[in-house]
Amino acid sequence: MSAAQQPGTTPASAAEPTEPSRWHNVFREITTGNAIISVLAVVLALLVGAVMIAFTSQTVQETAGYFFSRPGDMLSAVWDAVSGAYSALFQGSVYNFRRPGFADGIKPFTQTLGYATPLIAAGLGVALGFRVGLFNIGGRGQMLIAATLGGWVAFALELPAGIHMIAALVAGVLGGALWGGLVGLLKARTGAHEVITTIMLNYVAFYLVSYLLRDGFLKTPGSNNPKSPASKETAVFFDLLGPNYGLHFGFILVIAATVFTWWLLSRSNLGFKFRAVGENPNAARVAGISVQRMYVYAMLLSGGLVGLAGINQVLGTTTSGFGAGIDSGIGFDAITVALLGRSKPWGVFAAGILFGAFKAGSFSMQAAEGVPIDIVLVVQSLIVLFIAAPPLVRAIFRLPAPGAPRRRPVPNVTQEVTAK
Amino acid sequence: MSTIAPVNQPTQPVEPDDGPATTVIKSWKVPVVLGVFTVLGILLLIVFGRSGTSTMALSTSSDLIQLPDVLLPTRETGVVISILLAALTAVSAWMVQTRRKVPVWLIALFGVLLLIGFLVWASADARIPVPGLLFGSLSLAVPLIFGALGGVISERVGVVNVAIEGQLLAGAFTSAVVASVTQQPLLGLLAAMIAGMLVSFVLAAFSIKYFVDQVIVGVVLNVLVTGLTGFLFSQVLAPNAALLNQPPKFERINIPLLSEIPIIGPVFFRQTLIVYIMYIAVAAVYVGIFHTKWGLRLRSVGEHPQAADTVGINVTGTRFWNVSLAGAVAGLGGAYFTLGSVGAFGKEMTAGAGFIALAAVIFGRWDPIRATLAALLFGFASNLQNVLSIIGSPVPSEFMLMLPYLVTIFAVAGLVGQSRGPAASGKPYRKS
Repeated sequence: MSAAQQPGTTPASAAEPTEPSRWHNVFREITTGNAIISVLAVVLALLVGAVMIAFTSQTVQETAGYFFSRPGDMLSAVWDAVSGAYSALFQGSVYNFRRPGFADGIKPFTQTLGYATPLIAAGLGVALGFRVGLFNIGGRGQMLIAATLGGWVAFALELPAGIHMIAALVAGVLGGALWGGLVGLLKARTGAHEVITTIMLNYVAFYLVSYLLRDGFLKTPGSNNPKSPASKETAVFFDLLGPNYGLHFGFILVIAATVFTWWLLSRSNLGFKFRAVGENPNAARVAGISVQRMYVYAMLLSGGLVGLAGINQVLGTTTSGFGAGIDSGIGFDAITVALLGRSKPWGVFAAGILFGAFKAGSFSMQAAEGVPIDIVLVVQSLIVLFIAAPPLVRAIFRLPAPGAPRRRPVPNVTQEVTAK
Repeated sequence: MSTIAPVNQPTQPVEPDDGPATTVIKSWKVPVVLGVFTVLGILLLIVFGRSGTSTMALSTSSDLIQLPDVLLPTRETGVVISILLAALTAVSAWMVQTRRKVPVWLIALFGVLLLIGFLVWASADARIPVPGLLFGSLSLAVPLIFGALGGVISERVGVVNVAIEGQLLAGAFTSAVVASVTQQPLLGLLAAMIAGMLVSFVLAAFSIKYFVDQVIVGVVLNVLVTGLTGFLFSQVLAPNAALLNQPPKFERINIPLLSEIPIIGPVFFRQTLIVYIMYIAVAAVYVGIFHTKWGLRLRSVGEHPQAADTVGINVTGTRFWNVSLAGAVAGLGGAYFTLGSVGAFGKEMTAGAGFIALAAVIFGRWDPIRATLAALLFGFASNLQNVLSIIGSPVPSEFMLMLPYLVTIFAVAGLVGQSRGPAASGKPYRKS
């Protein structure tokens, strides 16, 4: 929709003659800012998704056979397919208009926040790594170890409510931090590349947890299922809005984690060193920062944040016992979340909620319209890709570049420029 | 290339000696790592040694020249190998003490001995079909090798290629569809190359033209291709599987004479066309990168684009086309999944092979031959578990599965150490 509006508006504003008015400046700021790029990137990605949905829809293909005799049929089929899918996506993730009353209608949004919780936590961890120049692909392993340790505390120990939860939480975060810190230590001491070690530790953690579930201390007594016992009630995150909503204490923790990461990166001494190392390790070393130590600290913290996502899975999402797939790909999704959030804590927070919405909505989209969940992956990745390349988005929507000299408001000048 | 001033990761003073100007840095890393493995070996082979006889079958039933099975007394072999391991460790320690460089062959020999020791230990009173073990390893390694070659080319020219997974998956998907529709596996192969290239085009366009961080584009492309192929698989391929997802597989071609060499023949020369292409590709990439004008330009662009630009090399163009080439090579690896080994396309069928290939690139220090060897190691390790699970392994299978990854961590930490890629890899070049 705004695809059609944007090109039209540019010449309209340019047509205002002689007055370099306030409105003009405001307009320029809007069209050249980052916010508009983000919005347009989402629009563009959704458009591509729409094309994919339309092309693969059964009714569209049937009506395309007689397109030239009755084009209306195909167009309405396209509209039905696309609008059906996207309204299902919206109603599954934000607000369901079919349910009576606000309290029921808003339920999907709380589910969105529920899905967003681990994504934000793990995304923060990955983003922290990025800021120090480390590429943490080890989210899977860190989450698994966190779930193992935290999960074990949650189902094996007998502690009073509250304390039990905190103990499990601490155990989980520590587990993730250790698994991540190991990578930092290896890099600092031996120079082992973190991409290799994190990938390898993912597999190590996976097989370790598989073994523990089958034959170790995570095994449910008297069951052959590779699944742990259920977390005890005293350890489980309490619901924030009652049992009908998919929102639990984990979300509060994640907000706290976001604030903490923001404070760490932009207000603390350690964060300054982190960023210095991330910008230029050589300069940081010359400035007297121990780069090796920063790598260890950064991976500890990064792993700890990812561990928070892991413990969230055990105490919040799947409290009935977990298998070796408890990470459910969040460790990898977190990389995309961190990229979309541009490695800034609040950016990651917003990106996590957006991705959570896609995740929540995709299930209802598949159930209602038969559109495979994978379309969400396409849309998500396109969003990140477009946001990462503002010049491309500007070129598509013919927006002015931020530093470009203002064009003289002569009519038709835009056509000439683009015709070249 | 290592003579260039350290840009990415400055060489870390391992043990500053007060020797003359041409100091050989005394690094005890290698002896220490070998020592650790020796202790582990002694623990396994002697302390937890098993008695019995290990049988190594060296020939398959279809071989012309039949070698007899090798029978090894398990415990005694373990003792002999432990002694050899200890001796090698001592030699390496002596070499470091006398400021000599520990040669690579010594480390390789150590690894092979350790491996044989482990195989003998695991196969007490059982029979290991050695050709089958090696054949399976090579099969599992083929896509990794193609992916690693793609990674090496791309990174050598200065573009970090995290999108290997996406290139493999795109190649697998496209080759399955094209080969099914046309019933021509060769066309499928071609289509896989084009698909890999298309993924590379996006990588190149975004990283070279729009200066987007290359790691970001790579990661995102993996997700994009996963989503795209998954979506098309559920929406288009699954309903029309008979028409679109039944690719004809390549036939195995036995190379006359060569295929009859004991052990080597059945492993290397009774393969499909893709594997033979792989042999050529490895050789071609190695020779190309280190012994041709093309390779020199490629490396100069990856190491120092400003200098390359100054002498008149088109940095952007070189990067663009070589990244595309890298995608085509990786796409071939994807085709191996559908036209060589598995058959029909399945969702996310590459299952992280691209990331293992990436690890092989770094493990192999951006060298095509070493990266190929690393990929073979990964392939061997995954296949070892398959074989041992058939003969009944004495350790839980999960630990067997874990082993290759643990060994890699040890190897990377202890032996490879601080690996430094092409200096300008990952940095966009802005002509000023």
